Amino acid sequence: MALIVVDVMPKAEILDPQGKAVTRALARLGHEAVGEVRVGKRFELTVDGEVTDALLEQVRTVADEVLANTVIEDVVGVHVVEQAAQPGAAQ
Amino acid sequence: MRVGVITFPGTLDDRDAQRAVRLAGHEPVALWHGEHDLHGVDALVLPGGFSYGDYLRCGAIAARSPIMTEVVEAAERGMPVLGICNGFQMLAEARLLPGGLVRNETGLFVRRDQRLRVERTSTAWTNRFEPGQEIVIPLKNGEGRFVATPDEVKRIEDEGLVAFRYLGENPNGSVDDIAGLTNAAGNVVGLMPHPEHAVELGFGPTTTRMKAGLDGLDIFKSALESVAA
Repeated sequence: MALIVVDVMPKAEILDPQGKAVTRALARLGHEAVGEVRVGKRFELTVDGEVTDALLEQVRTVADEVLANTVIEDVVGVHVVEQAAQPGAAQ
Repeated sequence: MRVGVITFPGTLDDRDAQRAVRLAGHEPVALWHGEHDLHGVDALVLPGGFSYGDYLRCGAIAARSPIMTEVVEAAERGMPVLGICNGFQMLAEARLLPGGLVRNETGLFVRRDQRLRVERTSTAWTNRFEPGQEIVIPLKNGEGRFVATPDEVKRIEDEGLVAFRYLGENPNGSVDDIAGLTNAAGNVVGLMPHPEHAVELGFGPTTTRMKAGLDGLDIFKSALESVAA
């Protein structure tokens, strides 16, 4: 078992109203050190077996064609996060 | 003429669209997203609503429904296809129309009787209007802001793909006040406002008289004339 994380963000040139709302809220709460906030999405894909190059390529295709709409968003990361615990192992 | 109206899980305005087709003088055919069958219709309407709860992105999951294979094939063959609101979002997700629709600039859901200018009349769905004609169509959405990269916007404008533009205050921050688009061939049109809500006296937008606006009817009649032609 492995976990693959896909991160998607709105394109830089496209205004992000969610991020803007959070930015305003943080300013109101006095967090002056924080400048702009942008809000994206994190997808966690659980896969059986080992992560091969072919599987990673498949995930990148899914990320570009389904998880993100590359007209308005960018896939900013595809990372493999190995599961520490094996199925059935004691936690 | 037979006009298919596709129902997806979470579609809301399919019945209204069917009624609009009937009031335009033709036969609505209810189609289901899970089938690979257009039942021999002459034109298609993808109605508004919140398919799949707007999960992932508006229209994204619906745009990958079984029936969309046939919708894309039919659109590429030249069949008139109209996407309204969530249907417009699906057409953008299916890449039948350029750009994308994102959350309104204000972050608010907007409901109003919206003035529009018809920018392009050489389409299957706008051929009964005069170029530059002003119409009033109800608008109701939270994610109606049309966006595209600057290069894409320039291409859209240069190729005359803007079908409708917002008049008065821009309701959602859409680039260039774009309310609706057409493909280059003119058979596929998508718009955020709801023409199916402006087809019947007493139930439409307020224009010269209360709830008297019927401008949406010409959109449904347009397609039927273009099919007959």
